[in-house]
Amino acid sequence: MSKKLKIKQKTEAYVSTTNACKLCKPLGACIAFRGIEGTVPFLHGSQGCATYMRRYIISHFREPIDIASSSLSEKHAVYGGGPNLKKGILNVMDKYGAKVVGIATTCLTETIGDNVSGLLKEFKEEFGDKELPTLLNVSTPSYSGTHIEGFHATVRAVIDQLVESETVEPKTSSQSPGVGAGLFTSEQTEKDSSETRPYILNTSKVNLLPGLVSPADIRYLKEVLDDFNCPGTILPDISETLDAPAQMDYEKIPEGGTPIAAIQLMGHSDATIEFGQVLQRTGNSGGQLLAERCGVPLYALGMPIGLRECDRFFEALEEVSGCATPRKHQLERGRLVDAYVDSHKYLFGKRVVVYGEEDLCVGLTAFLAEIGMKIVLCASGGNSGQFQDAINAVTSDIVSEPPIVKEGFDFYEISEEIESLDPDMLIGTSKGYSLTKKQQIPLIRVGFPIHDRFGGQRMLHLGYRGTQNLLDRIVNAIIEKKQADSPVGYGYL
Amino acid sequence: MEPVIFQEREKQIHRKGNQPFDLECNKDSLAGAVSQRACVFCGSRVVLYPIADAVHLVHGPIGCAAYTWDIRGALSSGPELHRLSFSTDLQERDVIFGGEKKLYQALTELIDRHHPNAAFVYSTCIVGIIGDDLEAICRRVSQEKNIPVIPVKSEGFKGNKRAGYNAACTAMFRLVGTGDTTGISPRSINILGDFNLAGEIWIIREYFERMGVQVVANITGDGRVGDIARSHGAALNVVQCSGATMDLAKMMKEKYGTPFLRVSYFGVEDMAEALYKVARFFEDDPEILKRAQDLVREELTLLYTKLQEYRKDLQGKKAAIYVGGAFKAFSLVKAFRLIGMDVVMVGSQTGTSEDYRELHEVTDEGTIIVDDSNPLELSAFLKEKDVDIFVGGVKERPIAYKLGLGFCDHNHERKEALEGFLGMVNFAKEVHSTVMSPVWRFVPRKNQALNSSSG
Ligand code: SF4
Repeated sequence: MSKKLKIKQKTEAYVSTTNACKLCKPLGACIAFRGIEGTVPFLHGSQGCATYMRRYIISHFREPIDIASSSLSEKHAVYGGGPNLKKGILNVMDKYGAKVVGIATTCLTETIGDNVSGLLKEFKEEFGDKELPTLLNVSTPSYSGTHIEGFHATVRAVIDQLVESETVEPKTSSQSPGVGAGLFTSEQTEKDSSETRPYILNTSKVNLLPGLVSPADIRYLKEVLDDFNCPGTILPDISETLDAPAQMDYEKIPEGGTPIAAIQLMGHSDATIEFGQVLQRTGNSGGQLLAERCGVPLYALGMPIGLRECDRFFEALEEVSGCATPRKHQLERGRLVDAYVDSHKYLFGKRVVVYGEEDLCVGLTAFLAEIGMKIVLCASGGNSGQFQDAINAVTSDIVSEPPIVKEGFDFYEISEEIESLDPDMLIGTSKGYSLTKKQQIPLIRVGFPIHDRFGGQRMLHLGYRGTQNLLDRIVNAIIEKKQADSPVGYGYL
Repeated sequence: MEPVIFQEREKQIHRKGNQPFDLECNKDSLAGAVSQRACVFCGSRVVLYPIADAVHLVHGPIGCAAYTWDIRGALSSGPELHRLSFSTDLQERDVIFGGEKKLYQALTELIDRHHPNAAFVYSTCIVGIIGDDLEAICRRVSQEKNIPVIPVKSEGFKGNKRAGYNAACTAMFRLVGTGDTTGISPRSINILGDFNLAGEIWIIREYFERMGVQVVANITGDGRVGDIARSHGAALNVVQCSGATMDLAKMMKEKYGTPFLRVSYFGVEDMAEALYKVARFFEDDPEILKRAQDLVREELTLLYTKLQEYRKDLQGKKAAIYVGGAFKAFSLVKAFRLIGMDVVMVGSQTGTSEDYRELHEVTDEGTIIVDDSNPLELSAFLKEKDVDIFVGGVKERPIAYKLGLGFCDHNHERKEALEGFLGMVNFAKEVHSTVMSPVWRFVPRKNQALNSSSG
């Protein structure tokens, strides 16, 4: 008995995980790589992870995603995965004609100690006679962090490996911007420099690092940049690669994604706008790297959800572009304020739980506080140590009672916590469904993954417009519940 | 057309024709080939998943557990522990110092919390590397908590999905023989290899019970630890989807002398044959066979007219099949024939050479047979054969849809019952609803075909 107690004391902080509110790092890496033009994501590990992640990503986006794997088996685990990594890259070059291979490690290869950067150097020497794709790599041990950290680590690694401090000349003509960037070959074709992609013509005015948002969000951001007449490089850009139109054929590598050439020029943009209150606080974001290495001024913003965060985003755009916010967006803002007023009585004091990836939670919380909902719990599986601070930052001036903020939480703990919180609704991924079913309250689905509803990839969260969508859904969920619970079922509400 | 077949994989693809049949299989997946196949862990997780009154603890980093959280359609008539995703969520320091303490702690905590009848502990890639002594921890917790705590040796990289089936069977076999067998009729069976997707095992159980055969244990669908423990008391093991649970049947035969039969519940022919096979096994009671015949007749009259309707529309359409285990593919070939369709491509992730040889026998000339395929090959085959519907799992779905053709989910994740006589109707209905949907007229491929044929 005493022995048992001792063990308990030593590991008192540890509880097992039941229904994690997070996913693993390599998954985030795969999604980020998928947003870079011509890239095949490649997991250096055993076959299973790649297959599971493909399956998982497909269930949300309903799009194919081919993730190659070095398919390590027992002998590779003992003698090192190098040979299979090289063979795998050759196969991907050969069959996919990949312009870029995005390699992420897994728990297996991190633990056996494969030095991927070293192996890639060897690879380039060994096969220097061939036309090699750009090889990008990121370290994503699945035993630390979450999918969001894997996503951000990939964005940063890509910038780190492609953007050099001084060597790139800003381009003024359609001359190949890849030249001089040094690292690897990358030809820019005529097709790439079409007018519809302002950021490829020459140096972009702004780098936009949005984090893991939906393809619809990215499309919206592009529209906004266009409206400001502000050429921008959005990294990564999954707007087409993970929400592609029906095509003639199975596209080995779907069109779209941020062009390598544009990434190489990011050091020459006038500014970087990066979303994520938590990301900024952790101190090693892609935007921060661009600022340190190339002196690109950084606008570190929260996710633009809700009026205040959106205003900040639009102010930043005004500064960077030198244009006033176009009337279209002013109108969207105005309509949103109008809707705030129209809806306030439905929402005031309604108790809401927000969960999921930290930065999206922070963004949502900023917005929910504005509409007078009572945020009772913000929970995340992430463990950045910054969640509480970030939530405070967006709520302290507007709510009277701060929400409970929980890091490193799983759904078992969320479920225990909400027993006493008596929420009116949950806002988060599909993963909260069983809790809301039990409590018989609505679930507003946002973020990733959404796999029990249709159209997760087309869900808009950002900007005045995205906020408007969210607001409408929230209000309607409340009305619907009220109608369903009412013995009368009023037809006018 | 540009070649999409990897040279190293040429021997894993066969076109039925003049050449003698010789297909390579059960190899490691080729690096860089985007195999549709998962890992050892996945294989064992699939098999043990529906045992609903056990804790299934994944000892590893969070991914392995997160990606298998409640993804399957396996239903339970009682406890639902299988729908929760338990993990030790290993962190960097565990990788350095070992995860045994955490595992002990997690097991103790989860058993106290949920009072399961057993616990399965799955090892994952990383556990294989850091070398935690699962066996010892499980033994200790088992003694302390007085329930079976069973390690499942499922390190992802130690073979392919098939190896995972074996690991699962070995784990279950440790339960077999530990329970009391009183009250078991001499005319009794265990159902192996059905996962109770969308309640299928309830359909099958009912058939057997109508025949007067007692079902001792559903291994694994709607599974219970106690049933498995006494399953050695049954007279016969009826094994479906033989890839997954055949090993268990073999072990039980060796140790307890329990004979087994291989069956399939997909399609009318195979379903009827499954019932007859069992009835013939209990030939000392001719009533059983008679009841089986009545049952089949009854069910068939119900479904026959329905099927005829679908068949009218589907006659001559083409189907392709790519599933986890090859055994299921036989039934699918027959089921498609029943509704008038031709199977032009068939493959699996984990077939054995025996499976593939049988497949070769039942398919038509020109049919492509493939082992451990990938999106590039599959899409090339689908185009070449110009199929109307592709049968597979979630990972295969976007391949079909992007090519603008119909799809039917026939894997562990489906939520539609496709087994039994009722299942055949559901299957035909689903195939019909996708093949006949007008949406295909609007996809670029068909558009182009229409334009070029009219122009
Ligand atoms: S390959 Fe290894 S790490 Fe990946 S899912 Fe399988 S067991 Fe887990």
